[in-house]
Amino acid sequence: MSLNNVFNIAGSALNAQSVRLNTISSNLANVDTVASSPEDVYKARYPVFSSVYGDAINGMGKQHGAGAAAVRVDGIVESEASAQEIHDPQHPMANEDGNVYKANINSVDEMVNMISASRTYQSSIEAINTTKQLMIQTLSLGR
Amino acid sequence: MSIIDGVFGNSAQVLSLRAQRSELITSNLANADTPGYKAVDIDFESVLSSTSSSVTQGQRTHENHIAMDGGISGQGDMNLSYRTPNQPRLDGNTVETDTERMAFTDNALRYQATLNFLDGRIKSIVSTLRGE
Repeated sequence: MSLNNVFNIAGSALNAQSVRLNTISSNLANVDTVASSPEDVYKARYPVFSSVYGDAINGMGKQHGAGAAAVRVDGIVESEASAQEIHDPQHPMANEDGNVYKANINSVDEMVNMISASRTYQSSIEAINTTKQLMIQTLSLGR
Repeated sequence: MSIIDGVFGNSAQVLSLRAQRSELITSNLANADTPGYKAVDIDFESVLSSTSSSVTQGQRTHENHIAMDGGISGQGDMNLSYRTPNQPRLDGNTVETDTERMAFTDNALRYQATLNFLDGRIKSIVSTLRGE
């Protein structure tokens, strides 16, 4: 019954979106962190998604029908944006020029990403619940 | 048994196709945030009507379907069409969550309708066999 593949695909979406939510919460938690040099400061992290078609899935066991694709997290990359430079000689972590470097994280971006991630998560949950009901009804045909 | 096949019609095939379509729509929903992913769907009526012939052509029964040339269609193959998005996105993703959710609900409803039909037929056959 190819409805089983729905659980694989939706499950991969849940996993990917939860990774995304983790990186978002990590970014939001580090909004105000500072460091003495631009190399040490916290850089925003975000996951990279890609689609996985058919036979290319390792360890998933099931073979997907033509055209269906699960989501895979290829990795988590750090943002290339440069850190904010703040001139504050009184700060205990200021370097010899009197600058501290603040993490360049845009809270609005992160909140929008969070809304998008939670929406996709909910859509996948809906798909799983509906498919589960359909399968239960299919199994009780004729009773 | 040909009598039983006539009673059920092509319900089994419809169920299988609906399940495959459900898988495709779930795939669209799952990849709503993947850059470059294009939403796909099956043109259901054309797939059903063309299963008897050996060469299938994609029919555009909806304005959102992109025309497709035919290929060989077997029992398990499908005519996949790309869904045209209403609003383009910068990252190349064409999935619109509202459209996909509606399509998923519609597909689930029709799957359930086919199940109910099959259930009614099975029960009537059983009652006939019992001589009621």
